[in-house]
Amino acid sequence: MNALKNAFREISQYPSAVVGLVIIGLLVAFAVYAVATIPYNEAIRLWRGGEEVWGDYPRNASPAWTNWFSAKKKPETIILTSDDERVKKETQMVGSNQEIIMHYFIDYQYDDFPEEMIIFFTAKYDVKQPHITMKWITPDGRELRMSQMSVRQSDQYRFELDERLKRRIKDMSVTQGLFALPDVTPPTIQKGQYELQISALMFEPNTEVDAKLVIYGKVHGLAGTDHLRRDLMVAMLWGAPIALAFGILAALGTSVLSMIIAAVGSWFGGAVDEIIQRITEVNLVLPVLPILIMIGTLYSRSIWTILGAVVALSIFSSSIKTFRAIFLQIKEAPYIEAARSYGAGNLRIIFTYLIPRLIPVLIPGFVIGIPTYVFLEASLAVLGLGDPVLPTWGKVINDASAQGALFNGYYYWVLQPAVLLMITGLAFSMLGFALDRIFNPRLRGV
Amino acid sequence: MAEKTLLRVEDLKLYFRATRGIVQAVDGVNFTLNPNEAMVIIGESGCGKSSMARALLRLLPRNVHTYSGKVYLNGTELISMSDEEYRQQIRWLKISMVPQAAMNALNPVLRVGDQVAEPMMVHHGVRKEEALVQAANMFQRVGVPVDFLTRYPFELSGGMRQRAAIAMALVTAPDLVILDEPTSALDVLTQANIMNLLKRIKKEIATSFLLITHDIATSSELADRVAVMYAGQIVELSDAYRFFTAPLHPYSQKLMASVPKLRSTMEPEFIIGQPPSLINPPTGCRFAARCPLRFEKCDQEPPMFQHVDGRQVKCWLYEKEARS
Amino acid sequence: MTVQETVVQKETLAGNEAVSDAPLLSIQHLRVWFELRRFGFGHAGYVKAVDDVSFDLQQGEAVAVVGESGCGKSSLMKTILGLNRPTQGDVVFQGKYRISQMDGKTLRWYRRQVGYVQQDPYGALPPFMNVQRILEEPMIVAGIRDKSERLERIHKVLTEVKMTPVEEYLPKFPHMISGGQQQRVVIARAMILEPKLLVADEPVSMLDASVRVEILKLLRGLQETHNLGVIYITHDLSTVRYFSERIFVMYAGQIVEKSPVENLLHDAKHPYTHALLAATSDPDARNAETFKEVPPGEPPSLVKPPAGCRFHPRCPHIIRGECDVNVPPEFEVGPDHTAACWLYK
Repeated sequence: MNALKNAFREISQYPSAVVGLVIIGLLVAFAVYAVATIPYNEAIRLWRGGEEVWGDYPRNASPAWTNWFSAKKKPETIILTSDDERVKKETQMVGSNQEIIMHYFIDYQYDDFPEEMIIFFTAKYDVKQPHITMKWITPDGRELRMSQMSVRQSDQYRFELDERLKRRIKDMSVTQGLFALPDVTPPTIQKGQYELQISALMFEPNTEVDAKLVIYGKVHGLAGTDHLRRDLMVAMLWGAPIALAFGILAALGTSVLSMIIAAVGSWFGGAVDEIIQRITEVNLVLPVLPILIMIGTLYSRSIWTILGAVVALSIFSSSIKTFRAIFLQIKEAPYIEAARSYGAGNLRIIFTYLIPRLIPVLIPGFVIGIPTYVFLEASLAVLGLGDPVLPTWGKVINDASAQGALFNGYYYWVLQPAVLLMITGLAFSMLGFALDRIFNPRLRGV
Repeated sequence: MAEKTLLRVEDLKLYFRATRGIVQAVDGVNFTLNPNEAMVIIGESGCGKSSMARALLRLLPRNVHTYSGKVYLNGTELISMSDEEYRQQIRWLKISMVPQAAMNALNPVLRVGDQVAEPMMVHHGVRKEEALVQAANMFQRVGVPVDFLTRYPFELSGGMRQRAAIAMALVTAPDLVILDEPTSALDVLTQANIMNLLKRIKKEIATSFLLITHDIATSSELADRVAVMYAGQIVELSDAYRFFTAPLHPYSQKLMASVPKLRSTMEPEFIIGQPPSLINPPTGCRFAARCPLRFEKCDQEPPMFQHVDGRQVKCWLYEKEARS
Repeated sequence: MTVQETVVQKETLAGNEAVSDAPLLSIQHLRVWFELRRFGFGHAGYVKAVDDVSFDLQQGEAVAVVGESGCGKSSLMKTILGLNRPTQGDVVFQGKYRISQMDGKTLRWYRRQVGYVQQDPYGALPPFMNVQRILEEPMIVAGIRDKSERLERIHKVLTEVKMTPVEEYLPKFPHMISGGQQQRVVIARAMILEPKLLVADEPVSMLDASVRVEILKLLRGLQETHNLGVIYITHDLSTVRYFSERIFVMYAGQIVEKSPVENLLHDAKHPYTHALLAATSDPDARNAETFKEVPPGEPPSLVKPPAGCRFHPRCPHIIRGECDVNVPPEFEVGPDHTAACWLYK
């Protein structure tokens, strides 16, 4: 307990370590938040979901914070369901048939046109489909009539595909035409109260019709969305626990195993040591990335398989040589001789006398090693070898590059995961280098 | 006394910053050293004797808190010099040092001869050939075979390495050579050899020595005068003869009594307790807590009393005998 | 002499009972050689660190082995501790346990009978363990499971080495206590398994003068109260008097003189012992006026030691044709006093 307190006091003398520690703390909090709010199964379901999950989300929307940096406010997504207070319903009888008229009021105060507009219909009827007529009323009182249609139990109406509107609007896209001032080029937004009037004529007594208007914006949430309308925040959030877990497990696994193997080799010496050294030398010239790519392509892309492969390939790395050099020195320490003289066995000497002496070297090495593995996992994902089900930062970058994100100006798509990766790397490195300086002066006593 | 003093140290202080506070390693040290005189600084580990050597040679670590006082070498004040001036004019040219463990002090990848010649090339600007000739002369003088010039340190025995380190300290003919525990890592016979060598050199060359050691028996081989350090301060300054016959300060007496002697059957004693921490040293006499002769006055710090026979002692017991 | 006798005794011993009058430890013509290899394989000679050394140590007796570094005293000590295997000859414990024939279990048992006090107290203590853990370790290794028994023993032994109040020291780490206290912990660790024999390797050479005597007296006291056999290994003749009854002087892998302490200090026989005595100084102002007599040269290589007496190239009294040809046997020069030197033929 005291040792821990002392360690913290020493760390507090290095500002970089404090910053690193704070960032790591935030990352961990972020990861815990992710796991707590979106359980694992839910995260996978969301990330693999299609239109049924993400239908109401805009495609390729920028994060909401981009509005802070621009005078032109881009629209957010507006969703109006019939029970919204901005929707007024009235019923009237047309002959023997009932007609529902729904007024959707939209207060549009953005500086940019929406991306697309869809009305989702649901209807209940026995035989005869309800008949829908719709019109769009602009703030200055112009009325645009749209195509009439009969709706099925579940139906969509896409404004862009309406031939009648297209003919009426001519030079612009449909969404522009609906929100633009008349006869102004280039198209300019008219701000104010719009109204969408949907009237449904029903031919059977028990018929019901409901409509949901979605005006897809150009910004969404904290992280934006991708080409499949998925909220990138899911991946940003869930990327954190995955990256941290992968990095920490891989770094812990490799450093602890390397140390144990180095300790065994240097303590027993002779053939054991020779074999370990030769394996290390062979392993050092093996190209890790191509092997991982082969495993990913031919065997399995599961993150656990990759983790296992990474650890297996990194155990016999140059750190074994470093550890061995230090162990060979510690091995000659008088206290080891004393332990032998009171009869301590080989295993006891390795685990209670040799290894604890190296913990000061191990801890900074372990912390500095974490980002290496975080980046490795991300690199594999970028190369298309990420885990097939999990949302990770690397996979987001992979999607972005596949969709030509930068070419299309969706810089946030690449920027966000990259910044998160960078911050993670930076935080662990800052802490690790400070720990190195704190722990290593004591090593001079070895 | 008619001689001009070579080195005069006045109120030298060297404090270090440590995690637990300020370590007052050297706390107000005064002494003088005459030309061709050997003075021994005796003290136990942690008393600040090595820090004093570093302060004189200005080989200071980074965590120095205070480095103050006056050090006059032939009338030139050293503390106020800039580091660059000190390096160019004083270090190794006027004051050189034989470090504690010569095996570690020599660069393992350079030939011994080149290392001994190096100070000549740096400080006197002589060409390498000439410097090597001087190094060879110096090797002869300290009893290292001349063909060892081209050897590497690991090819030399401990005694030979120590001789090479002495040659390196002497090659620039400095006024003052600081010997920091020159024999503590060596075997008895080698130790005797090195002490013989130092005695001979002292007779041959007009150089002053400052020998820093914890080994009282060895120190008596070379000493003209003795300074005893305790907890960062000099507690007794004396000529060697009177010191080794009958030291004044209770600490010196106790220390002397603790040395096991080969040629006497007197049972050695030990000093109870431990020296005080240098971070918060006691306000009174620093030895008071362990002193068998302690009395009320010891709660105040004693000044350095001038004893009638010319010795100086920092102990209240000698207040009455002191010359005013 | 005694060596042969012990061998005979040993051979007549049929049963397993310990022989009460057998010496605690008997070193019999011990040779410890280390093979030198060229490029990892290929024989390149032997370092003859210990070359035909014999002596007996009785229960409750303290002997000093004096010599310079590289004389083989460390290899001798490690063999006695069971850390090195003898190349030839043997170390016999209590008259019947031969170190060359011990299996793993007996060797572990034997190691517990021998306490080991090292030179550098700081290095001898694992820096990451506190005093309590350091002292518990040998007992855990020895299979003392009962925690309260372990604590009881720790209390007893720390009180014996005068580290009281015990509770204050138990949680301390080695760097938090002084050099003298560290050495007390080392001694406590050596004593905690109640050994019969204590091997002390320069136990005070790294300590300050004011503490040295304290530690030596402590060791002496422990030796007397527990009736321990003690082998005190040192290069410093001046501390020997206060500690041991007999002295063995070692030079280049061999014992050149065996003598009771007072005899050796006043009436040394071997020229090497003379040189050692002359080189050891006492604090005395007159030292500064005289030069010491030191034999020329340096100790020989242990790979190719000189023929005959190993000290002959440096000896001022060399008898040509004898010393440089024949190995001197041990000549009796006084009661219980032998010297391996042709001068005493």
